[in-house]
Amino acid sequence: MKSDAVYAPSDDIVARNIEGELIIVPLAAGVGDMEDELFTLNETGRAIWDELDGKKTITEIVQNLSVEYDGEEGEIEADVIGIAAELLKRRMIVAVT
Amino acid sequence: MSSYIEKIRSDKAALWCDSAPLLTSLDIELTERCNNNCVHCYINLPAENIAARERELTTDKIKNILDEAASLGCLHVKFTGGEPLLRKDFEDIYLFTRKLGIKVLLFTNAVLITPYMADLFSEIPPLQQIEVTLYGLKKETYESVTNVNGSFEAAQQGIQLLLEKKVPFVVKGSTLLQNREEFDAFEAWATNIPDMNRPPAYTMFYHLRSNKDEEKNRAIRKLRLPPENVLNILTRRSPEYIKEMKSFFEKFTQPPGDHLFSCSAAKAKGSVDSYGFFKPCLMLRAPDTLYDLKKGSLKEALTDFFPKVQQLKAENSDYLKRCARCFLKGICEQCPAISWLENSTLDTPVDYFCDVAHTQARHLGLLREDEMSWNIPDWETRIKRFCSG
Ligand code: SF4
Ligand code: SF4
Repeated sequence: MKSDAVYAPSDDIVARNIEGELIIVPLAAGVGDMEDELFTLNETGRAIWDELDGKKTITEIVQNLSVEYDGEEGEIEADVIGIAAELLKRRMIVAVT
Repeated sequence: MSSYIEKIRSDKAALWCDSAPLLTSLDIELTERCNNNCVHCYINLPAENIAARERELTTDKIKNILDEAASLGCLHVKFTGGEPLLRKDFEDIYLFTRKLGIKVLLFTNAVLITPYMADLFSEIPPLQQIEVTLYGLKKETYESVTNVNGSFEAAQQGIQLLLEKKVPFVVKGSTLLQNREEFDAFEAWATNIPDMNRPPAYTMFYHLRSNKDEEKNRAIRKLRLPPENVLNILTRRSPEYIKEMKSFFEKFTQPPGDHLFSCSAAKAKGSVDSYGFFKPCLMLRAPDTLYDLKKGSLKEALTDFFPKVQQLKAENSDYLKRCARCFLKGICEQCPAISWLENSTLDTPVDYFCDVAHTQARHLGLLREDEMSWNIPDWETRIKRFCSG
């Protein structure tokens, strides 16, 4: 994953905020393993998801989160790359060119 | 490495830690019209009934309702009818709902499932198994129920398309005189459907027409099986039936007192009829319990109107003597909705369903032949004995 890559939520899912919970609802076939699955993100994932807005690069996201949260920049970077890779694999985000 | 993404099954409660949404699921009767003309149906109007079609909610109005439902937190919408696929704008409404991030449960007879519709459900899955009602495995049986020539082949073709496109669906049946010889064959056939991990559910208790059509209601009453036959069907798989009853009685046994609604009606859910009336539940159509969405919003109904409906109390002395003191209330079909369909009041015992509940209770050893469910001071001991037996 390149540090200047930019990602945005994909059209294959609908991300909803219900009573403060982020719920990711598959729209296109094949996003979940089972047809009735929904998804949510853990706290770290949620903070990163909010940054994946189709504008910021991975590097910018890491910088923003380093200001907001305690923690080594290296750890934060690993989290950002980890979640972006997982979301990408699940077709929940797409690269913006 | 642990995953950042957690899977959740929306049927598992506890999605929301702090506060639950105002609306979690909504039923929408897209039309009362149907392409079949089943004798036992409580709602169907002819497909070509222009007056009914013109009264139906417009596409825009349905979208407004769905929009508001999503904003209130709704995650599940059931599209039912009549036959929902009769509406020309079904695809538009379906896609709109899914793009709001709502799961769709579709009730259909499968007759109108075209290759195009099957592709649509395969590419944009409803996220809930489609529920297909089937009245027989033979043309003669099926069409003696639907009264429409050619409906059997069309339904079979619809089912075939769902199978080919791997769209998850289940089938349901109805216990009618016409198909009573076919249960075993039906259940054996259903095991070939990939998503059928349990035997099909059956409609057994035919409800009267909501429009109070007396001629049709007479025909529906005639279709009702005697309570002993209902029991025979329920106990076809006796160990499962007993197990289900035990777990049910463990949770839900209590005479309801004079509170009419001891059920889930209007609790973060509701049902919109074809003409824009918001009902506490699908079956409840008593005019005083309906909220006109032309005059207000889902939210107003849920916060101001439905709570008043939920507080309604029974006044009928027969109800107060019987149902209010009845420990079988949980297994009895009698409820405000059914009472209204049968008697135009919310609080009248319904004798047919009373007999069915008593027949079951006698079979389970909860009542002796000469006992009535509202006169049992030691009902708690009996339930405990039954559940631990
Ligand atoms: S059908 Fe009767 S029991 Fe069921 S939700 Fe409606 S009012 Fe309650
Ligand atoms: S069994 Fe009879 S008394 Fe009991 S709830 Fe049903 S109708 Fe009422």
